[in-house]
Amino acid sequence: MKFSYSFPLTRAFSLYLGQIAFLVGETFTSIFLGRIRWRLVLNQIVEIGFGSQAVVIVTGIFTGAVFTAQIFFQFNALNMSTAVGPVVSIALCRELGPVLTGLMVAGRVGAAICAEIGTMKVTEQIDALRALAVHPVDYLVVPRTVAMMISMPLLVGECIFFALTASYYVATRILNVNSVFFMQHMWFYTHTKDMVMALTKGFVFALIVVFVGCQQGLTTSNGAVGVGRSTTEAVVISSLTILMINFFLTMGLNIIFPAGGKF
Amino acid sequence: MASLGKNLIEVRDLRQSFSGQEILRGVNLNIPSGETTVLLGQSGGGKSVFLKHLIGLIHPLSGSIKIDGEEIAHLAERQLEPIRRKIGMLFQDGALFDSMTLFENVAFPLRERGERSEKVVREKVARSLELVSLEGQDQKMPSNLSGGMRKRAALARAIITEPACILYDEPTAGLDPIVSDTINKLIRRMQSQLKVTSIVVTHDMISTNYIADRVALLREGRIHFDGSLANLHSSTDPVITDFIEGRSHEID
Repeated sequence: MKFSYSFPLTRAFSLYLGQIAFLVGETFTSIFLGRIRWRLVLNQIVEIGFGSQAVVIVTGIFTGAVFTAQIFFQFNALNMSTAVGPVVSIALCRELGPVLTGLMVAGRVGAAICAEIGTMKVTEQIDALRALAVHPVDYLVVPRTVAMMISMPLLVGECIFFALTASYYVATRILNVNSVFFMQHMWFYTHTKDMVMALTKGFVFALIVVFVGCQQGLTTSNGAVGVGRSTTEAVVISSLTILMINFFLTMGLNIIFPAGGKF
Repeated sequence: MASLGKNLIEVRDLRQSFSGQEILRGVNLNIPSGETTVLLGQSGGGKSVFLKHLIGLIHPLSGSIKIDGEEIAHLAERQLEPIRRKIGMLFQDGALFDSMTLFENVAFPLRERGERSEKVVREKVARSLELVSLEGQDQKMPSNLSGGMRKRAALARAIITEPACILYDEPTAGLDPIVSDTINKLIRRMQSQLKVTSIVVTHDMISTNYIADRVALLREGRIHFDGSLANLHSSTDPVITDFIEGRSHEID
């Protein structure tokens, strides 16, 4: 069968998907064959996970706070102010927590990964690795992937925890919602499956950020301008991909973990 | 590794082009074992590109590259690793890892090849740095070193695993005459003491006269001259004499 590309964009897109697929294949082969440099993984967990905490916590706190306030203003008119807790909690677990964490990490970590690997590419450091018989995927991509797979679900959990804490304070201390009802309803309507959904999404977004960042970095050319362009593209592509994949993940995961009811 | 007198590297009809521009148009060259071969040519003439083919960093469009009798032209990345362990390469701008100190850079190949004894690593790094006159600088970051120091550090990294063959990409470009001379003597010493096969890409004639056993001239994507240093100097070919004497045909 012969493929023809009617549009250059289709060709570029196919090429891009192909490159990502090869990178993913190569990386997971290395992980399963145990070619993991644990010292580098730990370094990356500190860089990626530990270093992203402040950003993720601030995002969580203010999202939780503002979302609580808005929901309260609407629900209070209907005399349903104690329903604020479960609505905020489910929205944060199933959507806002993972997506916002994903976007913040794409901005902070995706950009850093791409800029570092891209600079190494244009200054021949990647070639130097290869010349020293060290596979760039083993040395650069595998540690970042493992670190992201570990860090990201934890960051999502952290984001949700701080968002709910902020929500509790705003609702009960500022907006005078009854704290017992707030907690009672939140616990009753939030299930383990909502949390599993959050962590699953976080894990998938981790892979998107790390593979887009690494792929953009490894294909950087054209010096400093090229590094700038790749970094911008890495952030844009991973952010948009997170938003798009999130919809399909929601639809898919809702079949496994349907909303509402008891787990 | 091949014994003395045999060819360590044999290149046949090597072709390469980038964005439609032909860089190498059928290069044929033998690199004898245990000797220093200097590859001369104008800037932008494809010398560095040719050198990168010899360690598999670039795959040729067509042609054959045999290292120690083994064809490497179409080997996959991981299959190239055993070949690369036998060959060291000095990059044009050093290509030191800028996230590591100078010590970590030089120790990198040893650690990657499984050297676990910190004492052995320290001793070997110290010896390597001493060879390139960089003792006592080992805790500096590459960004805090001058261009010449970076290049010497990169050379220390390339020789620390004592490879049988070393590829030098412009080892003396941008260095002052004294440091250039140190590098030249080091290349000579590697050849005479350790019988290392060296391929040096350069357009520095002082360096060529000092280190070369054999000289090849790359011109317009092909080998224009291939012979001994004496043959190069006795040649009456205007292309070669112009190159040796640094004469262009531009009008003042």
